[in-house]
Amino acid sequence: MAELTYRDAVAAGIAQEMRRDERVYLIGEDVAGAGGVFKATPGLLAEFGPRRVRDTPISEEAIVGAAMGAAMTGLRPIAEIMFSDFLATCWDIVANQIAKTRYMTDGQISLPLVIRTANGGGARFGAQHSQSVENWAMAIPGLKVVAPSNPADVIGLLAASVRDPDPVMFFEHKALYATKGDVPDGELVDTLGTARVGREGNDATLVALAAMVPKALAAAEVLAERGVSVEVIDLRSLVPLDTQTVLGSIAKTSRLFTVEENPRLTGWGAEVVSIAAEECFWDLDGPIVRITTPHIPLPSADALEDLAIPSVDRIVTTVEQVLA
Amino acid sequence: MTSTSTPAVEIDQETRLDLYRRMVELRLFEKRAYDLFMEGLVKGTSHLSLGQEAVAAGFGAAMRVDDYTFCTYRGHAHTLSRGTPMARVMGELLGRSNGVTGGKGGSMHLTSVENYAMGSYAIVGAHLPIAAGAAWSAQERGSGQVAVCFFGDGATNIGAFHEALNMAAVWKLPVVFVCENNLYMEYTAIESVTAVANPAADRAAAYGLESIVVDGNDADAVYAIALETLDRARQGAGPSLVEAKTYRHGGHSRADPGKYRPDQEVEEWLDRDPVDTYRERLLAQGIAESALTDIDDDARANVEAATQAAREAPAPGPEVLERNVWADGSATWRN
Repeated sequence: MAELTYRDAVAAGIAQEMRRDERVYLIGEDVAGAGGVFKATPGLLAEFGPRRVRDTPISEEAIVGAAMGAAMTGLRPIAEIMFSDFLATCWDIVANQIAKTRYMTDGQISLPLVIRTANGGGARFGAQHSQSVENWAMAIPGLKVVAPSNPADVIGLLAASVRDPDPVMFFEHKALYATKGDVPDGELVDTLGTARVGREGNDATLVALAAMVPKALAAAEVLAERGVSVEVIDLRSLVPLDTQTVLGSIAKTSRLFTVEENPRLTGWGAEVVSIAAEECFWDLDGPIVRITTPHIPLPSADALEDLAIPSVDRIVTTVEQVLA
Repeated sequence: MTSTSTPAVEIDQETRLDLYRRMVELRLFEKRAYDLFMEGLVKGTSHLSLGQEAVAAGFGAAMRVDDYTFCTYRGHAHTLSRGTPMARVMGELLGRSNGVTGGKGGSMHLTSVENYAMGSYAIVGAHLPIAAGAAWSAQERGSGQVAVCFFGDGATNIGAFHEALNMAAVWKLPVVFVCENNLYMEYTAIESVTAVANPAADRAAAYGLESIVVDGNDADAVYAIALETLDRARQGAGPSLVEAKTYRHGGHSRADPGKYRPDQEVEEWLDRDPVDTYRERLLAQGIAESALTDIDDDARANVEAATQAAREAPAPGPEVLERNVWADGSATWRN
């Protein structure tokens, strides 16, 4: 067991897979010499050399396009898009090409690739470097969507993503890079599409993702002191979606909240809520409530950004008011 | 500028007959595709290569069997020129289960990986970086394969073109980018929306590449430049950008009669029909007319058989609708 930061776990996960499989390559802007603008890929150039760890021009379409062409012809590339906001500049390749090609070719082409990207707010970067866009990816058939909340999951889910035969969008949260967590020794390989119960409880279920998981856990701690027992589920991946863990929890608690960083409309929680409403309506004792960022572009000022993104206080207050 | 109209290489008779055969098959196939549209059997849209056959034939004949082809929605000819069975392409146009993708892709997404036809891409310019990626993979695997990427003149004004050219040049990738300049981007003259006269070739210098213009209606010239650029890529000398000047006989797509083109321009290009002029050249070189007529007859029979097979093939059934989103064959996104 060792304590690693979330950013160290990214490099450790990539290194684990590159050692195991010589078909794994890493490309992106500043990923090699600089070790990544978030310092999530240091040391990889030194260990694996300039062919397997390669800096690209600022050409997002070329980055993900190259990954796609390489994946269909025998490599297993990991492509980094520095900020998830920049996915908009190459969304054609992601949404029209990578996501659809297996289906359009009726299975002739496989695309075992991973697109890693720094997602989410909290760093005061403003509206074009802070978005949570995991719901964009979730909306496109043919993309798997993963978003880890802690260092051990970063390694295990990254390994599972690299080994997956389908394209995976891997959303690292930039507000989590400096956070620490225990990581078991030895090779870590997790399973996509498996949520984790982060804290057990009986009075309500809080479903969260990525940076909202530690906030939901902190809120659960506060609520516990006030006599409210909350179960926290870390979804970990949106596609595949582990609905059984969520539905099982609702059967126990009879109340459901989602904690989402994405803006309100068509956030991932809307789909979770829709499934719950269709499939376990009679288990519910009250309205389902989504706790989200308002439907606004994220502001830069710390005072405003902190108001926008769900906070521990907002989670606590919302749950208390709804359950009262 | 390299401008090839007389080939630098000697082309033997067997290759010339092969080039002629390819062009005749593509011509007759596309004519049949047009007829089937008019009959209402081909739905959606379709973009024919009538008039542009020499580009697909010249490269198809020059490529190694395992070189990769990436093409556009105007991709019937390029897919066929890699040896993809005609019946399976025709079946795809008709939305039948015998189609190359079983009806999933349609006219704009013909793909036959077993023939190294790695897909027809229907968003302008998108496949240039993808072809570069396949070339990158070939380079890393040391396979000696080259990726050939065909696109229209309109693609030279989109960002992906420039991103791909730059990265391919920096990484010295084994890829040949082939611009089929048919003078019109959809319904608009390319010269009216482009800052340079040769939309691809005049941009080559920006990426440290040689400016290459070839007569895209001359199968020998295309074949020669294909051999040269493929060899350069295979030797590790990096990418090439070829601009092949050609002309489509019809409109942009099914619904377009192409009336925006001056009559005289159309006539001049019809006089330079790549199939007719090549036939005349072969006859002038002493090839017996009967040899060419045999090829014509075979091609006609092949198109007829392919049409028959496609007409008789059943439509895809509901069991394939949710098949092959994922590698496990399913479309499952939840438990």
